[in-house]
Amino acid sequence: MGKISNQQVIQILTSRFGERITVPTEPFGLLTFGTSAETIQEVLRFLKEDKELQFNYLTDITAIHFPEVELSIGVIYHVHSLTNNIRVRIKVFIDGNDPKIPTATNLWEGANWMERETYDFFGVIFEGHPNLVRILNVDEMTVFPMRREYPLEDPNRVDKKDYFFGR
Amino acid sequence: MLIKRIISSEDDKPPSTTDNDPQKETITLNLGPTHPATHGVFQNILEMDGERIVSGVSTIGYIHRAFEKIAEHRPFYQITPLTDRMNYCSSPINNMGWHMTVEKLLNIQTPKRVDYLRVIVMELARISDHLICNGILGVDTGAFSGFLYLMEEREHIYEIYEEICGARLTTNIGRIGGFERDFNDIAFAKIKQFLVKFPPILKEFETLFNRNRIFIERTSGVAAVDPEVALNYSWSGPILRATGVDYDVRVNEPYSSYEDFDFEIPVGTKGDVYDRYIVRNEEMWQSLRIIQQALDKIEKEPKGVFHADVPEFYLPPKEEVYNNMEALIYHFKIVMGEIDTPKTEVYHAVEGGNGELGFYLVNDGGRSPYRLHFRRPSFINYQMYAPMSAGMLLSDAILNMSSLNVIAGELDA
Repeated sequence: MGKISNQQVIQILTSRFGERITVPTEPFGLLTFGTSAETIQEVLRFLKEDKELQFNYLTDITAIHFPEVELSIGVIYHVHSLTNNIRVRIKVFIDGNDPKIPTATNLWEGANWMERETYDFFGVIFEGHPNLVRILNVDEMTVFPMRREYPLEDPNRVDKKDYFFGR
Repeated sequence: MLIKRIISSEDDKPPSTTDNDPQKETITLNLGPTHPATHGVFQNILEMDGERIVSGVSTIGYIHRAFEKIAEHRPFYQITPLTDRMNYCSSPINNMGWHMTVEKLLNIQTPKRVDYLRVIVMELARISDHLICNGILGVDTGAFSGFLYLMEEREHIYEIYEEICGARLTTNIGRIGGFERDFNDIAFAKIKQFLVKFPPILKEFETLFNRNRIFIERTSGVAAVDPEVALNYSWSGPILRATGVDYDVRVNEPYSSYEDFDFEIPVGTKGDVYDRYIVRNEEMWQSLRIIQQALDKIEKEPKGVFHADVPEFYLPPKEEVYNNMEALIYHFKIVMGEIDTPKTEVYHAVEGGNGELGFYLVNDGGRSPYRLHFRRPSFINYQMYAPMSAGMLLSDAILNMSSLNVIAGELDA
């Protein structure tokens, strides 16, 4: 559907960033790759400003928590090139105890609330964000509720555990 | 709070004012959280200089219900009712978007007839969404009668939903793989009747507003947005198209066989409230075209097909469950969530009433999603509201808010 293929995008990106771009995969045709917190701003800027790629539309920023791995918080960007009609997904895994990542608000104003929401639920500190405060939860809240250690309901309740369902 | 501000004013910053500072020249105005003009529960704290807004701060989250957290504890089919409650003006689009996300994850191919039935329901939902928005916009400019005409038609759309799924507002319509039952004859009759009765009423509504001088003077040039700014703020949906950007998920990434249909994407030129109104109206005409085409196409499809043949994920009918062992086994396995699902991630977007409604689903093969994130167009569209209100008249800001069509449920999720 896109005017340029995933292979072309990854080719351009690896020629520019080399080793700093990791493991491109294509789940359901959506190019997904990882990078580090140091490079993410540069990658986003390159994607946005490159004349050929023109990933000018930030679709979404969110995060995911894997408590059992070392770099436990993943920040996930979905970026869309409206001119080429192609999306990419960028993942940055950062330390869950000290989750810091540069902001994308200097590239897209729309990143503002997306990053605030991600901070609100995962505690990711977006460095350089103009107003990184809670957005959906109350200001007095002290935890980051979408992290896995915070249960939805009574943690002693066992009747919904996966092992009761043969897993 | 008062003490804090006075202390901070002793620093080198310019002296900040407090609410009861006698020298303060602006007025602090709370617009919301329960003001009738906000059409939902959200607050804007505005700093007013007479009738003009100097600055504003949006406070949201009043009806935050932690859907993303709840979704991590629900099997896929129990997440559908959560999606209803996001944009409750067009909940079938949310439902279908979620079903299609899961179908994409599970590699389920739906029959063409199912796609067309879905298109009918989604376009009806789009019409009802735009009806509310444009009707309320009329009310906010002082014209109540248009809203009442349109309300009756929304009622007819809800009656169609009732025939299809039994519910009206939070529809929980369809299942993973298709629909829970076929559309009955009354449903088809009501859809056909709607296609006949609605156009004259929409026409009449347009006659009331499109060239109405009061309406034009109240809306034209109000809150005009450049396409670059709109893209910078990640706007999507009718308000983005009103600025002149022809981005529509139905065309860019066709889902549910939208590529089979012949329709146009209306775009505006100035991105002001009037353009948004015109774009929404024109989208309703296009939706009617799509529904008509879908009805014609369904005639050519085999009758009685209303779901994909995926016994592992589609609940069998009850009489089968009670009389057929295989169906009973599948029923049990589905309800207990015992069927393996691919360990991968998927992003699927549909064109909701307000813009790109995205579902980002990370699956670890368990009963429920490992992570589910909703890209909610209202949330992302609304963040520009406070910055763009600066310098605007309060009465214009109200119109701007109503033409953004922010739905509190979708805003807060």
